[in-house]
Amino acid sequence: MLHDIFAFEFMRNALFAALLSSVACGIIGTYVVVKKIGFISGGIAHTAFGGIGLGYYLGVNPLLGIIPFSLAAAVAIGLLSKKANVAEDTAIGTFWALGMAAGVIFIGITPGYAPNLFSYLFGNILTVPSFDLWMILLLDLLIVFTVWLLGKEFLAISFDEEYAAVSGLKTTALYLLMLCLIALTVVIMVRVVGIVMVIALLTIPAAIARMFSRSLPGMMLRAIVFSAAFSIAGLWLSYLLDIASGATIIVVAGLSFFLVHAWRLFSSFLKAR
Amino acid sequence: MIAPIIECDRLSVELGGVKVLDGVTLAVYEKDFLGIVGPNGGGKTTLLRVILGLEKPSSGRVTVFGGAPGNSPWRIGYVPQRLFFDRDFPVSVRDLVLMGRLSKKKLFQHYNRADREQADSALFTAGLEKLADRRIGALSGGELQRALIARALAGEPELLLLDEPTASIDTQMKAVVYDLLDTLKKKHTLVLVSHDTVTISRHVNRIVSLDFTIERQDSGMSNAGISYHHPVDPCPCQPPLPVTESQE
Repeated sequence: MLHDIFAFEFMRNALFAALLSSVACGIIGTYVVVKKIGFISGGIAHTAFGGIGLGYYLGVNPLLGIIPFSLAAAVAIGLLSKKANVAEDTAIGTFWALGMAAGVIFIGITPGYAPNLFSYLFGNILTVPSFDLWMILLLDLLIVFTVWLLGKEFLAISFDEEYAAVSGLKTTALYLLMLCLIALTVVIMVRVVGIVMVIALLTIPAAIARMFSRSLPGMMLRAIVFSAAFSIAGLWLSYLLDIASGATIIVVAGLSFFLVHAWRLFSSFLKAR
Repeated sequence: MIAPIIECDRLSVELGGVKVLDGVTLAVYEKDFLGIVGPNGGGKTTLLRVILGLEKPSSGRVTVFGGAPGNSPWRIGYVPQRLFFDRDFPVSVRDLVLMGRLSKKKLFQHYNRADREQADSALFTAGLEKLADRRIGALSGGELQRALIARALAGEPELLLLDEPTASIDTQMKAVVYDLLDTLKKKHTLVLVSHDTVTISRHVNRIVSLDFTIERQDSGMSNAGISYHHPVDPCPCQPPLPVTESQE
């Protein structure tokens, strides 16, 4: 059954995209969850829409437009909330809407019709071109390498930022770097689930993994596995039922999240009896 | 005269336009065990934060190990009030204590065997060696407090700064924590912030009260470079100050 599906090249590409994006998602999602910066990640993702518009306007691959846009958003939101005495949610909300607005304007002034705009908002894993796969692989490697290098620093600022500062770490710089890694993960995820739903795959697998883990590396590995499982299951279901792949992946992840919690409640209820 | 480890000279701090500390002058020397007491809002924690370089003074001068605060993190161990992090964080007790080695490591450097051995020995000192592989969420309040002390010790500091280490633990556990501090004071210089004046007076060498009274320095009130209005009684049996009721 699965063998038949993956006889198609676009399905193989979709599978690779799902697996590769799960690596970034599991690792970076772990930081998003333990540091409770889901809202910031959502802000960076939505600001990135401006980058897609810019890509259209300049006539280049929209993924190339997202990279500078989302990195700038990450740094700007981080700096505004850390240094400029702006409330974090205000900074996020401003950029969130500003990025979307910039995207709409760029697309509006581009002559012609923007055909697959919808796929950037909600993902279309079935149309990932090979070039994008290579780019996803490259960004994955960059993320894995950075986290391997700075694992102890990222753990320190996630756990207790003040203690990290007292220990002599440049906490603001490290935090901005972490936000930049989130921005790169957003770039990866745009193809898979789209800008609007990135936040679900960044948080759900890691949130489930957290229940079974007692170290960050353990949590990351589990989150990668969960993320891959949700993506592949969603992909398969969307093929069977002929429905949108990105949305199906999110629904699978969301339902799993509720099921795990329901099972937890139920088992603690059984124990209490 | 020996150079003091911490020296504050007419130190004032404003937080959001409100004066929290005003003209504090004090000095801490090697192997001192200084207790800082005072009511809530008296600026105790702020004073520690200035010494750590987390807060800037609005006027006055502070030197720590002869330099600006925050310039010698590898010589200082800090035990914060334990309320400020997530107890569900997926980290084991050993990994928490290992974070105490941060100040000794460079950026990008991974923890090595020497770091792990130092962390294990700090766990042993704090009496937590059996709990090393537990998740921090599974510790009791007193155990967690000792884990935070172990984290500070893992960095082999000369100076230990403790912020209310017994604020939210039961009496029996308090005794364990103070026993631990009594062993530490032989090798380390300690500064302890607490509102529990009676208890700490049995353990510390000197007490400073931060209650908007010590700040206005008068002549003739100084003792070993330290100034305060309340007399300090080194006798372990008599509380030198009235007990300050406070809950944090």
